[in-house]
Amino acid sequence: MTADAASGHPGMDGARAPATAAPGSEAPLGAPVTSPGLGDEPAGALRDAARAYVLGLGDDALILSHRLTEWVTRAPALEEELALANVALDLLGQARGLLERAGQLGGPASTADDLAYLRDARGFRNCLLVELENGDFARTMARQLLFSAWQLPLYERLRHSNDSALAGVAAAGAREAAYHLDHAALWVRRLGDGTDESHRRMQEGLDAVWPYAAELFLPEPFEGGLVLGALVQRELAVDPAALEPVWSATVHQVVTEATLEVPTGDWRPAGGRQGLHTEAFGFLLAELQSLRRTEPEASW
Amino acid sequence: MTAEPARSTACSSGAIPQPPGLSETDPSETELARAAALAAEIVDPELPVLTVGELGILRRVLPVACGGVAVELTPTYSGCPAVEVIVSDVRAALSAAGYEPVEVRVVRDPPWSSAWISPTGREKLRAAGISVGPPSEASDDSSGLVDLVRCPACGSLAVRRLSPFGPTACTALYACRDCGEPFEHLKAVS
Repeated sequence: MTADAASGHPGMDGARAPATAAPGSEAPLGAPVTSPGLGDEPAGALRDAARAYVLGLGDDALILSHRLTEWVTRAPALEEELALANVALDLLGQARGLLERAGQLGGPASTADDLAYLRDARGFRNCLLVELENGDFARTMARQLLFSAWQLPLYERLRHSNDSALAGVAAAGAREAAYHLDHAALWVRRLGDGTDESHRRMQEGLDAVWPYAAELFLPEPFEGGLVLGALVQRELAVDPAALEPVWSATVHQVVTEATLEVPTGDWRPAGGRQGLHTEAFGFLLAELQSLRRTEPEASW
Repeated sequence: MTAEPARSTACSSGAIPQPPGLSETDPSETELARAAALAAEIVDPELPVLTVGELGILRRVLPVACGGVAVELTPTYSGCPAVEVIVSDVRAALSAAGYEPVEVRVVRDPPWSSAWISPTGREKLRAAGISVGPPSEASDDSSGLVDLVRCPACGSLAVRRLSPFGPTACTALYACRDCGEPFEHLKAVS
């Protein structure tokens, strides 16, 4: 990812940079004429909360995208290799749009690349579900089902956001999420309602990832009620709790059709949205960021 | 954004060299139309039989300050890897033609629709062995799964989907039951 594509910044065009330009000059020669987003940008605590919210959605997409690319060269069939890489690519594109927007919403000036490659684990706000290790193919499909069934209704609501950058990502993202959901549901049904072995492994995969879905519907840790309410009112965010009924209906239907049991239990791990991640996350991040941290000046 | 004062400073100080023949005023209608035509001719690296104009991802060409132009593109899919190359190719083509500055913006809303592919583009895709339905066949289903698919080799409608995901984000894999031809289908999305 490079942010140049979307911002139109001519920094990459070294040949035409004026030789006399002052080093470190702040003048954005080719800066976008219009800033995407609100005409009336949020300010203060609202702006910080909006940034944290968009960052969380961008991190969800980025980290799940990275997990899915780990399947490349390991998928059970060539078609599934293409499928998982395609889903990962869709998510990466969404991540880019969301992280670009987060970078515009305050904090130190940052591009999508800066946010993806230069934050430490505590700065990432993705939910725990997306960082879970892939496990076998059944577990990956269970994770895809739970995530896509949440992301689809989320994007369907966010596409009407007053924030045009957010609405743009969500508009394209909604139909991508619908495609991802179809794909995951197909495999959960096929494996669940398949052989004894595929049924057993599909149930195990579902049991393993299920507790982590609860975090998707918890109140954002920044809000204390008031800020989230203000974001929702301005259509900058969706109340997480409002997504649970539709998510639950979708997932229960697929799980039932797959002849699987809906997992029970009260263990509901959370903390990703506050930067508290699982042990596996550190290893993921080390690989994701290794090139940029080793060769900070590397370019295409 | 503090872009306005910074840009006007850059303009008047000559920090951006102005090529001869172009003033610091907005480009004329003719120049804009020429710029749009140049941009439309850029080839999609993922589907090299098509130009960005035929694929329908070129949205607008607008005048910007200092006599330059801005080109707006809409990617087919969020993660379309061809966008990087297309953005850079459009910028290079317009710069080579004397436009300065050239901005290329990625516009995501409204999202691209397969109905935006031109009739010429559809013909070229079919000739290249990639199936694509007419715009009226685009389904209302946001998933794009309900889609009329015709074998590009023999024209048969007796096809089966091998995989909903193809070698690029915008295609799916099919095979013809009649002639056996495996082919890509450009998914209908609206």
